[in-house]
Amino acid sequence: MLSRILTIAQQEIRIGIRNRWILLATVILAVFSLALALLGSAPAGTLGVDRLTITVASLASLSVYLVPLIALLLAFDAVCGEIERGTLLMTLSCPISRSEFLIGKAVGHTLVLAIALVVGYGLTAVVLLATGTGSLSGLVDFARLIGTSVLLGICFLAIGYVLSALTRQLGTAAALAIAAWLFLVVLYDLALLGALVANPSGVFASQVFPYAVLLNPADAFRLFNLAALGASDLVGGMSGVSETLPFDPALALVSLILFAGIALSASAVLIRRITP
Amino acid sequence: MTHSTLAVQTVTKRFKAHVAVDQVSFDLKPGERVALLGHNGAGKTTLFKMILGFLRRDGGEISVLGSAPGSNVSRQGTAYLPESVAFSGALTGEEVVRFYARLKGENSSQSLELLEKVGLADAAKRRVATYSKGMRQRLGLAQALIGKPKLVLLDEPTTGLDPISRQNVYQLIGEIAEQGATVLLSSHALTELEARTDRILILSKGQLVADDALGTLRAQAGLPIRLKVWTKPGAAKEVAEQLGAGKMNGRSVELDCGMDDKVRTLSAISALGNLVEDVDVHAPSLDDVYRHFSNSAQKEA
Repeated sequence: MLSRILTIAQQEIRIGIRNRWILLATVILAVFSLALALLGSAPAGTLGVDRLTITVASLASLSVYLVPLIALLLAFDAVCGEIERGTLLMTLSCPISRSEFLIGKAVGHTLVLAIALVVGYGLTAVVLLATGTGSLSGLVDFARLIGTSVLLGICFLAIGYVLSALTRQLGTAAALAIAAWLFLVVLYDLALLGALVANPSGVFASQVFPYAVLLNPADAFRLFNLAALGASDLVGGMSGVSETLPFDPALALVSLILFAGIALSASAVLIRRITP
Repeated sequence: MTHSTLAVQTVTKRFKAHVAVDQVSFDLKPGERVALLGHNGAGKTTLFKMILGFLRRDGGEISVLGSAPGSNVSRQGTAYLPESVAFSGALTGEEVVRFYARLKGENSSQSLELLEKVGLADAAKRRVATYSKGMRQRLGLAQALIGKPKLVLLDEPTTGLDPISRQNVYQLIGEIAEQGATVLLSSHALTELEARTDRILILSKGQLVADDALGTLRAQAGLPIRLKVWTKPGAAKEVAEQLGAGKMNGRSVELDCGMDDKVRTLSAISALGNLVEDVDVHAPSLDDVYRHFSNSAQKEA
């Protein structure tokens, strides 16, 4: 079982290297994070806070946009793309179960994403340390950021698999993936913000809003990272929310893990119903 | 029953109101090379997918190597090449074969010898994106031969191939069958199957309308042999009169005769002496036999 999962995973990584997906994702993450770290650090100069920590706070917001996008682009092809090319027929005519196939894909894509994150963000950490503007304690924040980014990536990989298993057309799956990104990453926040502004002290703000943040993996990710930084007064934005939350911010991490598990299970159920 | 490689009994598949496969039964023995013929949408691919366990049947029984379709035992002994496969162009031929060998639990370096067998040894380290259509099809065939399968299902393995590549494919199929594997292949290219299959199944609108060796089917169909007699200039009319039949066509006369009449008619033609320049004899081809069986089935319906 394990060898078959690893075979699928290895193939995904190999394809990721060959078609330069890994390279592209790494370069994008590295360029954006270096830009944020080097250009956007001017205001932190006199605050006496570790530059690494400040950078992590900015990178958390970057991850919220980029990681789901990369994950969805990796995943939308996983099922219907293989159907369209006829390779799913061939692969599943081998003695491999559909769950093994899907887990293999997920492991491969997760590693692709992890490589891009470690190298892309790691480069920024190395640059900051080398220029003497970061301390080793900030590295813990960096590691947490990368770890939770991978988790966020798994959530969106699973969403991608679900969408890919729902349709037989690759184009439809691609459109659905972009729509999912737009909704969960951009529109969801805007809607919450709008509702909050409309009625800042109502039931929504105190009872619904915190849990609505928890339900969306992108928001849960941001909440957990900014709360864990303890730098809320410095980085502003959503982090201010974490102090008024009716629950422990660690719950956001649990929510991420649950979301990933449920979405992966859903895609495993869906792929069983497919005729390749 | 136990020694059949593949046993299909009164299998039916419906897609809503449309009956794609209708009460089909046949039985394949080890070492047989069987061609499954049928027009587009006759139910060939549907049948393959049911044999592989990808589609549920609405009635009947299928037994692959004595097990249920889609079970691990049946999948271990079965190889399948779908109608049109597009391997990831980013991988090399060698990597594709290794990948499938691992999924099938076979020794991957041993499986690489298959690339040599299908004539891809030189291209093994090149990316699939650089392969021609024939090379990709041969790569798919190499994939299907990994681990000496007992049942090989090939869905239109020669579509889009040039004559030489096609010949290679049939040569390979012959070799697989000699090793005791059963080969079931579907095809449109009928004439090339003649000498290369032991048995023909004809599927028409989901129904199995013929199942026998080509020679037997030919006799059953009772199709006439067509003779084309090339005459001396201006002698066509005379020849037609002498033979008492036939369609005149400029310098030639065409006539049909039954199997048992063939020798008699030929000697009548040779008796005409130098009025005749040449004779073409057309035995009914697989195309004709196929058309006969699928047409008569449609008339019944």
